[in-house]
Amino acid sequence: MTLTATRPADSPPARTTPVRTPKPATPAAATSTDDASTRHTPEAFTTPPVSTEHTTSISDLLSPEELEAFGAEMDAIREKVIASLGDEDAAYIRRIVKWQRGFEVAGRALFYVPPAWPLAVASLSISKILDNMEIGHNVMHGQYDWMGDPGLSSRMFEWDTMAPAENWKYGHNYLHHTFTNIVGKDRDIGYGILRMDDDQKWRPHHLLNPVNAFLLMVFFEWGVALHDLEVENIASGERGWAETKPVLRRIRRKMGRQVLKDYVLFPALTGPLFPLTFAGNAVANLVRNIWAFNIIFCGHFPTGVATFSMEETENETRAQWYVRQLLGSANITGSELFHVLSGNLSHQIEHHLFPDIPARRYPQVAAEVREACERYGLPYNTGSLGHQLGSVFRKIGRLALPPRRGR
Amino acid sequence: MPVCGSSRMDLTCQETTHVFIMSVNSYSLNPKEVTMSVVQSLLRSPVVTALASPHGIDRYLEIVNPLWAAHEVRARVVDVTRETRAGAPVTTLRLRPSNTWRGHRAGQHVQLGIELGTARRLTRAFSISSPESGPGDDITITVRAREEGAVSAHLAELARPGALVHLGQAEGEFTLPEPLPSRLILISAGSGITPVMSMVRTLMRRGYGGTITFLHYARSAQHQIFADEIATLPPNVHVHLVHTRAGGERFTRDALARLVPDFADVDTFACGPAGLIETVQEAYAGSDRLRVEYFRVPSAASGDAEGTITFSRSGTRVANSGATILEQAEAAGLTPEFGCRMGICFTCTARKPEGAVRNVVNGEENAMPDDDIRICVNAPVGDCTVDL
Repeated sequence: MTLTATRPADSPPARTTPVRTPKPATPAAATSTDDASTRHTPEAFTTPPVSTEHTTSISDLLSPEELEAFGAEMDAIREKVIASLGDEDAAYIRRIVKWQRGFEVAGRALFYVPPAWPLAVASLSISKILDNMEIGHNVMHGQYDWMGDPGLSSRMFEWDTMAPAENWKYGHNYLHHTFTNIVGKDRDIGYGILRMDDDQKWRPHHLLNPVNAFLLMVFFEWGVALHDLEVENIASGERGWAETKPVLRRIRRKMGRQVLKDYVLFPALTGPLFPLTFAGNAVANLVRNIWAFNIIFCGHFPTGVATFSMEETENETRAQWYVRQLLGSANITGSELFHVLSGNLSHQIEHHLFPDIPARRYPQVAAEVREACERYGLPYNTGSLGHQLGSVFRKIGRLALPPRRGR
Repeated sequence: MPVCGSSRMDLTCQETTHVFIMSVNSYSLNPKEVTMSVVQSLLRSPVVTALASPHGIDRYLEIVNPLWAAHEVRARVVDVTRETRAGAPVTTLRLRPSNTWRGHRAGQHVQLGIELGTARRLTRAFSISSPESGPGDDITITVRAREEGAVSAHLAELARPGALVHLGQAEGEFTLPEPLPSRLILISAGSGITPVMSMVRTLMRRGYGGTITFLHYARSAQHQIFADEIATLPPNVHVHLVHTRAGGERFTRDALARLVPDFADVDTFACGPAGLIETVQEAYAGSDRLRVEYFRVPSAASGDAEGTITFSRSGTRVANSGATILEQAEAAGLTPEFGCRMGICFTCTARKPEGAVRNVVNGEENAMPDDDIRICVNAPVGDCTVDL
């Protein structure tokens, strides 16, 4: 099984642990469209910048025995966490839910006090961010199903965003988490709009990559909802009307409810302040869109994150799945508050290794995962928000252009 | 979302006329209650529902007060009574539900959830032992502590007045026919007496004048639940208490025929362990007069690929091959929903009413009835029923 481990560098990969068998790098061959000034090496950077396309394979990184041993270690980490789930995890998520409801109610109420408008927007924005990320995304992964609380059950939970839970769970929990970063199968690589990987064939509309990325960011909740229609699969005939109809019906119903609440009822309840409340709700949704887009794009698109082909992932073992999740994800460093507001998706690696353990445990297991990666010589992609975002934006720009000949 | 069920009596749509927070069962409304009733109607209105979307108003109310609800039912334990002097403790808990409780018909059961510690809510079905109730009325459940049942043991031994429990609405079709027939046979064993007792109490409260043959099996007089109340039942209730440890004969067709020669033509309600129910069903030979309810008990895991899997929704039964339930369902021609097939995406989660399964990833066994399991990573060990 081979994987395309690194891409022509448009910037040094984020800080990684040393790869045991680094491939020969030929920086001179770099044909990045980025300006050279971004090409400094961070101090903590421990791997030689890999600047030319090459393929490596998991078998180059790990012997079959090491691979199985690594998989067993990951299983052991998971089991350890699951065995220790209890009061602290329950108290944590209930506390976050209380904070979210508090911010929500406060935000809605503060719209009655026009001078407090910025505060109302901030409060509602935080409410939506907590609802979508630390609560919604994680609850719908089944991370709290063991609590038996219908309010925190993956089967019942619905979130404060356009995408209906049922559609999203299929596209995300199943398609994205099972086929992570497999080009042609993981529909989250560029969301069917953007070119985010060299292996995606360039087409003229990709010239608009940066514009489309910006639009996707601004209208992220709408994009996420429509993503589950799988328009490209309808066009190709893979998906028929019968399958699409219930998906579309759920989208319409959910969008109707969200629009009614944020753009009709709550503004109307503030009477003459209707336009202010309307605008405030729109800004809160926008803030959440921008935040979620940026955190999520740092999860799989920074330089150094691997993508895979369908052929090489056939008949994959559980251990190989673990390694693919590791190589296909990237973390963001930050404060505890930052991790909460990102729904702990700043620990995308741990989230992809263990999608169903409570997200508050990711920072706890990250040290173990990283230590194991170091021992096995596996890369562990992490960096600051600024660093990872820079890397993502450069990729969006670079892949807007057709590949140069000779690659 | 509020649903006025069409089948569950007329009670369902009266809810909006009742007071906001339970605790008052009086029939005349004082001004405070009227206010509460208005508040309650408001909380259930389409506008509030739209405003509280997508979480629902209860998710906000519960943060202020766990008993405040516009749709869900919660209750406080208000009284705890020990029923027996021998064997595993049997306890009657009087529950005061939020006025979202729509009432119940005699013989129905209710899903009751408690939190063990603060983290895990365990939900199990319990028959209601009190007579039929209206919206917001108190109800009682009578619970025997079973060694293997964490919920029943907790309720029977540790529950104290003031404890909060989560309830569903009453459910089940093990209920008296309307209008009432002139004769009835009630057969129960052990704690299977609870729904039957709800029927007896209901019939007595309604002044039922027909003939009731009430046949109950207990281990001994000390194990007998509701003994004092049964002793005071009027003469039209022909009570036959059989204490098996004192030499009493277990249920047989002949024994019943001696009491009621034409029993198969009489409306009969039987509740007890599966063994008793099977014998009763044999005796009635398919008569539609018989209605039964039996307890599900946690199964003993055999550790081997044996037994039968029953896919209850499709009515398919296959011999257990030891493969995962998803694989065996597909082999049997079913098409259950699935996703990752490796236990991470929860798409395939299905209810397992009974039977033991083993998680093929971590080897953990689970024999709890009515548990939700991921069928892609669970294989049956012994007999097992899955809602597919």
